[in-house]
Amino acid sequence: MQIARETLLRSYRAMRTIRMFEERLHVEFATGEIPGFVHLYCGEEASAVGVCANLTDNDTIASTHRGHGHCIAKGVEVAGMMAEIYGRSTGVCRGKGGSMHIADLACGMLGANGIVGGGPPLICGAALSHKTLRDGGVAVAFYGDGASNEGTTLESLNLASVWQLPAVFVVEDNGYGEATAASFACAGTQKDRAAGFGMPYIECDGSDYFAVHEAAGEAIAHARAGKGPVMLHVHLQRWYGHFEGDAMTYRAPNEVAEAKRDHDCLKLFRERVTQAGLFEDSVLDEVDAAVTDEIEAAVLQAKDDPLPQSADLLADVYVRY
Amino acid sequence: MSKKSFRQAINEALRQEMRRDPTVILMGEDVAGGRGGSAGTPDAWGGVLGVTKGLYEEFGETRVLDTPITEASYIGAAAGAAVTGLRPVAELMFVDFVGCCLDQIMNQAAKFRYMFGGKARTPLVIRAMYGAGFNAAAQHSQALYPLFTHIPGLKVVIPSSPYEAKGLLISAIRDDDPVIFLENKVMYDVEEEVPDEPYAIPFGEANLTREGDDVTIVAFGRMVGMANEAADRLAKKGIGCTVIDPRTTSPLDSETILDCVADTGRLVIVDESSPRCNMATDIAALVAEEAFDTLRAPIRRVVPPHTPVPFATVLETLYMPSVEKIEAAVTATMNHRVTEKV
Repeated sequence: MQIARETLLRSYRAMRTIRMFEERLHVEFATGEIPGFVHLYCGEEASAVGVCANLTDNDTIASTHRGHGHCIAKGVEVAGMMAEIYGRSTGVCRGKGGSMHIADLACGMLGANGIVGGGPPLICGAALSHKTLRDGGVAVAFYGDGASNEGTTLESLNLASVWQLPAVFVVEDNGYGEATAASFACAGTQKDRAAGFGMPYIECDGSDYFAVHEAAGEAIAHARAGKGPVMLHVHLQRWYGHFEGDAMTYRAPNEVAEAKRDHDCLKLFRERVTQAGLFEDSVLDEVDAAVTDEIEAAVLQAKDDPLPQSADLLADVYVRY
Repeated sequence: MSKKSFRQAINEALRQEMRRDPTVILMGEDVAGGRGGSAGTPDAWGGVLGVTKGLYEEFGETRVLDTPITEASYIGAAAGAAVTGLRPVAELMFVDFVGCCLDQIMNQAAKFRYMFGGKARTPLVIRAMYGAGFNAAAQHSQALYPLFTHIPGLKVVIPSSPYEAKGLLISAIRDDDPVIFLENKVMYDVEEEVPDEPYAIPFGEANLTREGDDVTIVAFGRMVGMANEAADRLAKKGIGCTVIDPRTTSPLDSETILDCVADTGRLVIVDESSPRCNMATDIAALVAEEAFDTLRAPIRRVVPPHTPVPFATVLETLYMPSVEKIEAAVTATMNHRVTEKV
């Protein structure tokens, strides 16, 4: 499938933004200035971006505790995300949510989610809204191999099929649920699970933006056409621990190094588009420089932004009480 | 105005709100009933207690959705639909089944608004039946409203009569926050005069069903009727009781409770939920903190023992609060004499 130049450039920028956002958080978290937990998405960028390149603001996604990448790919503003992670009142959730709860309903981002398997049922509901309101939208649940074993996920696959919802279930399989390997924790295969619920199944290499874009495009088109839900299984590797501070003693010493060497989605994207003569290296270098500036500005701004006020503690529990 | 049962009042509220607002949808196990059955009769049941009967016929399959028996997915779907433009009313059947889907209520729906910095609206209603008295035993008899009341972000409604049920359910459906609407399963056939037209009873405004000078009784749901009966019996003995039906446990009309306690100086709380950390302890703490000086006797709680709900009638009867137990508690508080410390 031919992908428009603007889409490619926007996707490259989104992937680069995710990478730099996360690598900067890795550095800043170590200084102790960032409160709470942070789960980084580095290495998985092509999945979020390849899927979301097929979506519009009218479509809905639900994410996971490893949600920064999905937020950026769906169009949540980077400065507001950074401020949120620093717990500032200027954050997208006004400092009430933090890394694990970044949401922006205006761009169809139903939230990162601190509960493993929290998103798939919500996506059934969002898909039901799209179907009932006939707005042409599709709802996409991102979840990991760990969450693929949760009862909520399996129930949602069933419900989505029973109700023939315009939903796509994206299993981001990075091989580990926390510190336990998918090879240990997942019985059977994702493919058989999809078949078990009468749902089409597509899999792809998550380090290849083009493969994800094509597979997701097919899945989303199927759902959007009213033909029911699809499972998209994306094979990935995460470059950092389950959370920041995880020494990853459960992974072979060379595993991450090999992933970075052979499965870096940004490197592979650059090779592909420059070799095909679509872009000069200099064009991509310019994007890299612009993203570097954007992240730098976001961090400086976040550190400088005001903290929430004491009155914020009691605000927004209810619409009205 | 005509006589309607608790069941009919709820059905009428649902029907009228569904006619008024096309984004109101119903979902749950057998809310239509009979989908895919060999008789080919959708709307066969209208829920296990017939509350939603006839709604599938009028509104069809896009607005009355039968679900598989998978509470986590459809309660979560209701939350997800609520935050993306619909007004779902999900039926959880027995409130005890919340054990299968609490995450979607507690960690998702209840927290969206706060966690997302005030940007979400979650107009979700979860209806469920509660309470003992039906020999339904330990897994189908609990009164779990304290559990929901404990969770910031949820509103909790316990109607005490058909009239109350209709007006409070209409408010619940029109509300922009997630509401847990709890129906006492023993009350579905109770009848009273209920207006035919739609009306809304606001949350957080208690109703005084009896007024008297001596003792304040706070009671919830089905317990309101028992408290009224006890109050009527006590009135014949010259003891005047004010009976407060708070209608909602969250928000709670603390002001009315404190005002009445200030007038009577004595408080009895009737709560059929398990006795630890329930509404009785909550209100006792409120009064102890805010109105200690007005009390003329210790606060009394009429509550079940700290056990699961038993099956056998003889045990279930022992377990439940009753008119007699309420009378005894009121009499005890009236007989209390303050002894000066030496």
